Amino acid sequence: MNTPTPRFDAREASKWFFRHGHTGWLGLRFADQGDNWVELELPWREDLLGDRSRPVLASGPIISLMDMASGMAIWQTRGSFQPVATLDLRVDYQRPARERASVRGRVECYRITRSAAFVRGIAYDDTLDDPVAHVAGCFMTIGTDPREANPALRGAAAHE
Amino acid sequence: MSEPLELPAYARSLGIAVTGEAEHGMPVLTVDFGANVEGRPQHFHGGATAGLLENAGYAALRTALIAAGRDPQLKPINITVQYLAAGKSRPSFAVGRITRLGRRNANIAVEAWQEDRDRPIAAAVMNILMV
Repeated sequence: MNTPTPRFDAREASKWFFRHGHTGWLGLRFADQGDNWVELELPWREDLLGDRSRPVLASGPIISLMDMASGMAIWQTRGSFQPVATLDLRVDYQRPARERASVRGRVECYRITRSAAFVRGIAYDDTLDDPVAHVAGCFMTIGTDPREANPALRGAAAHE
Repeated sequence: MSEPLELPAYARSLGIAVTGEAEHGMPVLTVDFGANVEGRPQHFHGGATAGLLENAGYAALRTALIAAGRDPQLKPINITVQYLAAGKSRPSFAVGRITRLGRRNANIAVEAWQEDRDRPIAAAVMNILMV
């Protein structure tokens, strides 16, 4: 009954995640991944500007980038895709992105429980040590009752 | 209300519009549900909701600054978004409220909702630097 499912792989998942919806509209791309982190890229685009006077990306799409990288970092850490809802996401802007520059977002999931996940990340356009923004967020698992995933309760459920 | 507010390219591109309605003098912004704001099927992506909140925050600040006869350049310091309920496949609205308008910094609270104004789907607090 327990058919082994392949481990969640951000690179593979990106192929269909970014084909449609908000992230597809933004043109997000997979960049890199580790055991508990994912890095995505938001390409520079004329119609995503936030300021009439300067050709720099608006801050809104950067939140989308970091929100998406957060979710994928959580699945990467958990090893499986399970829908999550953002509870709280904080973005501290360090400086504007450079003119006509794409922005990369690297987010790591530093703590995960059955129902909650905590992330932190950096948005940058050149190097990781010169960030455009820092982010911190908290996510919750949705769609399934977390108690069902508790191995301690599985024995009882099996009698039904 | 006349149209003193010009939304940035990103906002217009996402489909955000000024409704013409106001709450305590602050403009209400809206965005329709569609593929470009969709996250998981039939729901708003958290990033799109944040984009709506952020633009409503800037629109409120611009409105307050115009009333005060000021026209500074605005720089984002930070934004904290609280997601309160799933954004469903219908229009979303948002309006900002100036908590404090200082000389160099503005603190703004923003709420987004769908069919019921009293049931917000998301809220945000923003700090914006004025130079």
